[in-house]
Amino acid sequence: MELVVFIGAAIMILAGAIGVVTRSHPVHAALSLVLTLFGVAVMFVSLNAHFLAAVQIIVYAGAIVVLFLFVIMLLGVDRSENLSVEPITAQRPLAAIVGVGLVGILVAAIVTSQDALGPRGSGVNRTTVEQPDANITQLSRSIFSDNVFAFELTSVLLLVAVVGTVLMSRRAKATGIGK
Amino acid sequence: MIAMFAAIEPTTSWYLILSAVLFGIGAVGVMVRRNPLIMFMCIELMLNAVNLSFVALALEITDINGQVAVFFVMVVAAAEVVVGLGIIVSIMRRRTNATADDLATLKG
Repeated sequence: MELVVFIGAAIMILAGAIGVVTRSHPVHAALSLVLTLFGVAVMFVSLNAHFLAAVQIIVYAGAIVVLFLFVIMLLGVDRSENLSVEPITAQRPLAAIVGVGLVGILVAAIVTSQDALGPRGSGVNRTTVEQPDANITQLSRSIFSDNVFAFELTSVLLLVAVVGTVLMSRRAKATGIGK
Repeated sequence: MIAMFAAIEPTTSWYLILSAVLFGIGAVGVMVRRNPLIMFMCIELMLNAVNLSFVALALEITDINGQVAVFFVMVVAAAEVVVGLGIIVSIMRRRTNATADDLATLKG
């Protein structure tokens, strides 16, 4: 059963990722990205990270992709890019070589270090029918006790990002302060 | 046949290899594509690949902090997308249909 879920989600992830890279229309690329993000969420569920799966759907598929689509439509750049021209000579073959080499090195590292993996921490609680909130409880214990300082810092980060973006993308008036 | 398939369980290495492939596709996308929006999407692909490997390893070495790290990566990714898209909007307002090749000078 887990194998079927893995294969299905892997097909979703890879098809979406290839779609992002190869589709010439930005809207199609954004929708392919949604497919990949949903596949990753399915993987999270099968890896016992139920809270992160929910956050993945809400934050990535719900907020980030919608933001992408908003920007695509706001700028009116929703026209296809001509992918047949290669801006830099031999760019694509070189990129393919670098990409295949990167994946090859990573896979070699994973295969050779397979035996080093093993239980080391204090355990990840598995969500069961009796304990449907085991994952959320454990994750929130860790966030609000061990990592509470980092958690508070993320709120500062988000505030700075929002204020910075508003300031940056504001249309400065001719007589306004920002001129 | 089905019973044989049911006996195979995907191990952590499978998830790690999948995440390596996803990272590679994202990296190639950043190198090949010229539209800044699509380059951004490819960066999101790479972030997701790393998140997937973090969650797989959290289960393998039984440490919940792997999942906590993914939570923080998601927050930072959201902030990064907001700032990046703000920059793209303010660039595109000055020059329409800019690709990454056209943006060779600052203060345009």
